[in-house]
Amino acid sequence: MTSPANQTPLLAVEGLSVFYDQFRAVDGIDLSVSAGEVVSIIGANGAGKSSLLKAIIGQADRIEGTIRYEGGDLAGHTTAEIAAKGIALVPEGRRLFPSLSVDENLYLGWEVGRRGEIGFDQVFDYFPVLKERRRQKARELSGGQQQMVALGRALLANPKLLLCDEISLGLAPLIIDQLYRLLPAIKQRGVGILVVEQDISRSLAVADRFYCLLEGKVTLASRPSETSRDIVMKHYFGL
Amino acid sequence: MINQIIQGILLGGLYAMFAIGLSLSVGVMRFVNIAHGDLIVLVSFLLLTLTSRLGLPVIVATAIVVPITFVGGYLLQRLLLQRVLKRSNNVLAIVLVTFGLSVIIQYSLQGIYGADTRLLSGGGIQTATIVLGGGINIGVLPLTIFIAAVALVSALDLLLYRTRLGARIRAVSDDTGSANLIGLPSAHIYAVAMGIVGITIAICAAFMSVWTNFDPTSGPSRLLVAFEAVVLGGLGSLWGTLAGGIIVGVAQSIGAHFDAGWQLLAGHLVFLVVFLIRPQGLFPK
Repeated sequence: MTSPANQTPLLAVEGLSVFYDQFRAVDGIDLSVSAGEVVSIIGANGAGKSSLLKAIIGQADRIEGTIRYEGGDLAGHTTAEIAAKGIALVPEGRRLFPSLSVDENLYLGWEVGRRGEIGFDQVFDYFPVLKERRRQKARELSGGQQQMVALGRALLANPKLLLCDEISLGLAPLIIDQLYRLLPAIKQRGVGILVVEQDISRSLAVADRFYCLLEGKVTLASRPSETSRDIVMKHYFGL
Repeated sequence: MINQIIQGILLGGLYAMFAIGLSLSVGVMRFVNIAHGDLIVLVSFLLLTLTSRLGLPVIVATAIVVPITFVGGYLLQRLLLQRVLKRSNNVLAIVLVTFGLSVIIQYSLQGIYGADTRLLSGGGIQTATIVLGGGINIGVLPLTIFIAAVALVSALDLLLYRTRLGARIRAVSDDTGSANLIGLPSAHIYAVAMGIVGITIAICAAFMSVWTNFDPTSGPSRLLVAFEAVVLGGLGSLWGTLAGGIIVGVAQSIGAHFDAGWQLLAGHLVFLVVFLIRPQGLFPK
């Protein structure tokens, strides 16, 4: 099968199911993300959003279906290999290393990632406050600053595909605005971004396309400009 | 009394050496290795074979054993301990497995070497002393061990807090799940940390077996002293472990001054008293 590189989506998920023991968290979904595109996954708690991201980075218990990245199947690759290929996750709940300094947290992201143009200078340019606090331990930062470190850690891996899991969770609206304003700038670099979010309006405002998940299945795939809030809510709750 | 304190401090250097590997596995890997003392004794017997059968000097034998214990520690973690930790979040499982390991090592050593008490020959260093006057003599060997203990703690502290490998080890220790999510190979990193514990065990075994007698059942008493030093110093603090070792050493030395039978008991009593006053240890992280 040959197809020009510019027609191959960065990420192509086909018929993906994700299992935890006997429980099917994701049930046969198809989705794609292209370079320089923001794609949102919306859905209520337990819709399978986080399981989808875990499957992409190779941390799901068991999956069926295929996950292609730059045309190649990710099956059988370790998370370390996947990270080195250029897929970085901003995990739900930030998941920093609390006893490590800001610098050390960021450096680990750089170490596991792909070599590229984003360095510490770029991250400190995005988040000037982190430069002042680079020697502080991650646990001493505010929630918003911790989220900046988590995003910075992922960016330092120079991802081609950035996965953001609930980056607004538990943060003040002002901070969330600041974080979401960055996504277009990151997208401009040609990075494909997959955003998982419970906050529908925030998520749709930034997305080029979106998928609505309900109980592990895609109930709606569309563009924010081509749909109405009523239709989205209907599919979100499965009414 | 000053003499007793000085001798106690030097003895504390040896105890800190027993404890430093345990301090790493408790503080960083967050499990108690009941077989820690037995692993030290196992390596002592390995050194015994290399020195008595092949006639190698202790220092050459140690240089041969260090890479073996690094690989041994790596494999022990990767093939056994990691599997136990992965399958069960229960602290008891790892305690039982390492307890079983302890029993296996003791009986294997008895089967191979018999129950005799052994001592390695370190040449003249065992009897050499420095006379300070005022009735105070310092053994060259205890002084060497103390200096080596301080150097070992410094080196491990630098490794853990000033190197990339150290940052990786601390990251995995902080949040293994998060390390997995960002693509750090946590099983490998834990195993490298246990390999480093293995190196400390080899160095400790070399010094222990030229200074004190050992036999196949010496492990548990080494573990007890090591455990006291780790808890006294505060979990996760390497310098605290050195301080803990010195406290136990001084207590034993002063106890022995009054009555030889009081040596071990004094160490345990001081441990209990400090533990009651400061259960978090002297320098908790």
